[in-house]
Amino acid sequence: RKMATLSVCQPQLGGFSFENCKRNAVLEAEVTKLGCNIPSARKTGTTICGVVFKDGIVLGADTRATEGMIVADKNCSKIHYISPNIYCCGAGTAADTEMTTQIISSNLELHSLSTSRLPRVATANRMLKQMLFRYQGHIGAALVLGGVDCNGPHLYSIYPHGSTDKLPYVTMGSGSLAAMAVFEDRYKQDMEEEDAKRLVRDAIAAGIFNDLGSGSNIDLCVITKGRVDYLRPHDMANKKGVRTGNYKYKQGTTGVLTKSVIKLDLEVVEETVQTMDTS
Amino acid sequence: MNTRGLRSQLKDSVPVTGMGQQVGAYGVQDTLRSGFSSVKNELLPSHALELSEKNFQLNQDKMNFSNLRNIQGLHAPLKLQMEYRAARQIQRLPFLQSSHLALDTLKGNDESISFEDILNDPSQSEMVGEPHIMMEYKLGLM
Repeated sequence: RKMATLSVCQPQLGGFSFENCKRNAVLEAEVTKLGCNIPSARKTGTTICGVVFKDGIVLGADTRATEGMIVADKNCSKIHYISPNIYCCGAGTAADTEMTTQIISSNLELHSLSTSRLPRVATANRMLKQMLFRYQGHIGAALVLGGVDCNGPHLYSIYPHGSTDKLPYVTMGSGSLAAMAVFEDRYKQDMEEEDAKRLVRDAIAAGIFNDLGSGSNIDLCVITKGRVDYLRPHDMANKKGVRTGNYKYKQGTTGVLTKSVIKLDLEVVEETVQTMDTS
Repeated sequence: MNTRGLRSQLKDSVPVTGMGQQVGAYGVQDTLRSGFSSVKNELLPSHALELSEKNFQLNQDKMNFSNLRNIQGLHAPLKLQMEYRAARQIQRLPFLQSSHLALDTLKGNDESISFEDILNDPSQSEMVGEPHIMMEYKLGLM
């Protein structure tokens, strides 16, 4: 319908366009009538978690991205940069988490340039929840946001519809129950850095081995005041196996009976030089 | 699906005026400008977010102005709206892309990035309005 109209009345606006929604609904109905499936979005069916320790935050994530029942990416990066002191893990639709964290990162950068201060985790949290609520959960991004600012270490979990929780340890994603079981058992207040890293590594490993949607390696991100350690990969829990048998035959397995060499007489007819255009 | 409860489900199925056809002269639909009409297309929004997104900026402004009026008195939103109106008048002709620089600076859009800046950039749109018709429409000759 839009193609037939002249855009006379309203000026063109940017942002989401809902022109094709009706067409898509009709296409989907037709396709399901024939028994096929429309392509699905790539999700990160995931285990992500975070924990507050004595000096800062440890964030952890697995690295598998799925498309329905198939692994789309064996080593994707789920810990996204928001600002030098704030990082965010993302579960849910991969494109949504990617774009949302990039937009918030840009906005935080502009904000910190105009206030000339290091951004606070609460600011990032507020921006994320306001954007996700505006889109009423249609942006499928479940996030674990953590960082260290002038008020200390902070950890938030943010759900796709826009609700947030500020807690000392959080897990999200399809493997969140397995990871939370590990946290509930072994979390203590004011842990040391090595203990916290081991705890997060074990929680993600629980998610990887007990949930089909999570797998491959464990990435960690340790944030303290003035220092960020992005450990990718921290632990390769699922290394691809090495073949034990070799099917190549040794040199000399086949015996040589006769050998004849025929020389081909080739003469140079023409020689041209073509210069490459390297401008 | 929409999980907000019965009230919102009823709202989605009620015919909405915001989607209405462009009405030309004599109160009949304007086939020349908006194409053939279809009752289903106009009455129901095609996506749960379509209406809320169309009116998002207006609603935000309304809320901000009413807050400002409650805090600082009537003069504050009045002065701001006067400035917005002045900035809105310095645009190019309707079929050309204006930068809206003054308007953006006043509204604070120059310090934030959102989906409006990334997706569907109007300056990259494949369709261009017909200049003569757009000018006649703007001047009220049509």
